[in-house]
Amino acid sequence: MNLHEFQSKSILMEKGVSVPRGLVVYDALEALVAARSLKADKIVLKAQAHSGGRGKAGGISVMSIDDDVRSEAGRILRMNLVTNQTGPQGKPVSALLVEEAPQIDEELYLGVVLDRNDGHVTVMASPAGGMDIETIAKESPEKIYLVKVDPLRGLCPFQSRGLAYKLASKNLIANQIAKAVTALYEIFVSYDCTLAEINPLVVSGEKVLALDAKINLDDHALFRRPEMAGLRDRSQEDPVELSARQAGLSYIKLDGDIGCMVNGAGLAMATLDLISIHGGAPANFLDVGGGASEQVVADATNILLDDTRVKVVFINIFGGILRCDVLARGVIRAIKERGLQLPVIARIEGTNIELGRKLFADSGLQIQMIPSLDEAAELVVVKAKELSAS
Amino acid sequence: MAILVNRESRVICQGITGRNGTFHSIACRDYGTNMVGGVTPGKKGTFVDGIPVFNTVEEAVLETGANVSLIFIPAAHAKDPILEAVDAGIKVIVCITEGIPPLDTASALYTVKQKGSVLIGPNTPGIISPTEKCKVGIMPGYIHTPGPVGVISRSGTLTYEVVDQLTKAGMGQSTCLGLGGDPVVGLSFVDCLKMFKDDPKTEAVVLIGEIGGSAEEQASEYIKGEFRKPVVAYVAGKLAPPGKRMGHAGAIISGGSGTAQGKIEALTRAGVTVVENLTKVGQAVRDILL
Repeated sequence: MNLHEFQSKSILMEKGVSVPRGLVVYDALEALVAARSLKADKIVLKAQAHSGGRGKAGGISVMSIDDDVRSEAGRILRMNLVTNQTGPQGKPVSALLVEEAPQIDEELYLGVVLDRNDGHVTVMASPAGGMDIETIAKESPEKIYLVKVDPLRGLCPFQSRGLAYKLASKNLIANQIAKAVTALYEIFVSYDCTLAEINPLVVSGEKVLALDAKINLDDHALFRRPEMAGLRDRSQEDPVELSARQAGLSYIKLDGDIGCMVNGAGLAMATLDLISIHGGAPANFLDVGGGASEQVVADATNILLDDTRVKVVFINIFGGILRCDVLARGVIRAIKERGLQLPVIARIEGTNIELGRKLFADSGLQIQMIPSLDEAAELVVVKAKELSAS
Repeated sequence: MAILVNRESRVICQGITGRNGTFHSIACRDYGTNMVGGVTPGKKGTFVDGIPVFNTVEEAVLETGANVSLIFIPAAHAKDPILEAVDAGIKVIVCITEGIPPLDTASALYTVKQKGSVLIGPNTPGIISPTEKCKVGIMPGYIHTPGPVGVISRSGTLTYEVVDQLTKAGMGQSTCLGLGGDPVVGLSFVDCLKMFKDDPKTEAVVLIGEIGGSAEEQASEYIKGEFRKPVVAYVAGKLAPPGKRMGHAGAIISGGSGTAQGKIEALTRAGVTVVENLTKVGQAVRDILL
């Protein structure tokens, strides 16, 4: 679950990290009033959407209070923000953050992640802030300082200070950076984050401010923080992916025309790869999970059939815990309830396969059963091409 | 021979009285596994289809000499049973549970490593050594057959698919194990390759990777330097869009790293036979070994 910049900043403030003065607004007139109330020479309007690269996409404007703040705010609020991270469909702007634009003397980077290779929470700091950490890593890896945190000791004050002194020579500044490092680490651990990042952390005269912040929470740990559920912004998520998740399915939209239903994440990815090897394009990734029930399978079938882009449905199941008969019942029920308009090709293997085949055969539905996965994938692609040609 | 689990393994199940724990404990025993007990706090003195249940892992170990544990405990509470198994001296811990908060896994794993135990998973189908008639996991046992091929994978059903192909191609397996689909897991490809290197019954290894992280790249480095048995690999997720979690919590391309293409190139440079079409893995192994 991702948080907006303003939500991330309010968590940082609670932990004692300074951020620029600002207000969150939802319409253009409010934005003008907010801008005036800040009594700053320069202000910045920032689109609140779950994506990086907002500035390049036109979602961030630095203005003087004498400029036409109201129209500019209106423009940003109405935007569909298409960045290098959102894909062509873009993201709506959920709110506008109106902030004073502070003087910027230096831009630093602070980030905390869990290093999946060694299982250590890792604090990253760099004097080359303002660009993303991947770019820093590529262009000047010597400018990234890392601290691996021992899970039993936690991050020690000397480690925060050590990083801070690498970024700043003045004591006053270094003390504030050390405080921000400690705060960011504590947020990462206490909120079970997948990422906690301040980028840039700016030095502004004698002060250190978090100019931008990103906090992403791990969905698997949200049960520990039920109060965070209210911060979820559903408008930032794809509606089909959202409803699939509520049905217990893992669904991701792609741009092709072959609807896929598979059990298991790895096999689902491999099925997409196989379709592409044969020259086709899948419409989605859909993993019904290892132990799906008949209802979950029926929900999955409906999601595929609801997708108007889909020309052919491909079902690829290797039944382990998920039995082939349960799968067959779910698919047959969903199709019978709505009538079948699309060709369905199924490759089914594993537990209770005979029963599953019999159920499909007796259903009277035109579902083509192909035992070989490679041949099935090939046939699906041929069908999809025939149908888009006609 | 095989790696990690064999005929001598004495296996307990933590969470044996739950639905999945009961079902799979019995399925493992049916396959041939020496299931010596189970643990559910408060259920001491009861039996699950003849398998004795204990209150604590310590007790189970004292009474049965258990050295392997299979864990089915809901994600929110799964850290404690891993630590309990470590403290009781269990050497191989197989954690099936999906969705454990990664920070919980990371902190448990720290202790696992300190005490010299091995954690398989979490979010793994488990481990099976067909040559030793020992299965500690949820995979369908009947698709496996004894033989010379070791299989290491980050995915469950994808492993079944490959094992099924191997069996049908006449290529039996020494040991097959899933590393787990989470971002932080216990065993790595490199850990397993080191064990397969020393296992005389394993003549070739199939490595099944997927997008996310750099475990495949690390395996490539190790293979290039030290691993002399033939390796066939498949990497899933060429079409995965960046920034999206593809079902597994760990299957995500972030900041341009962890792509299938990068992994395929690294493995190829290490001399691994990388198969692009999943359905040709069994044949590729056969071509190498026969």
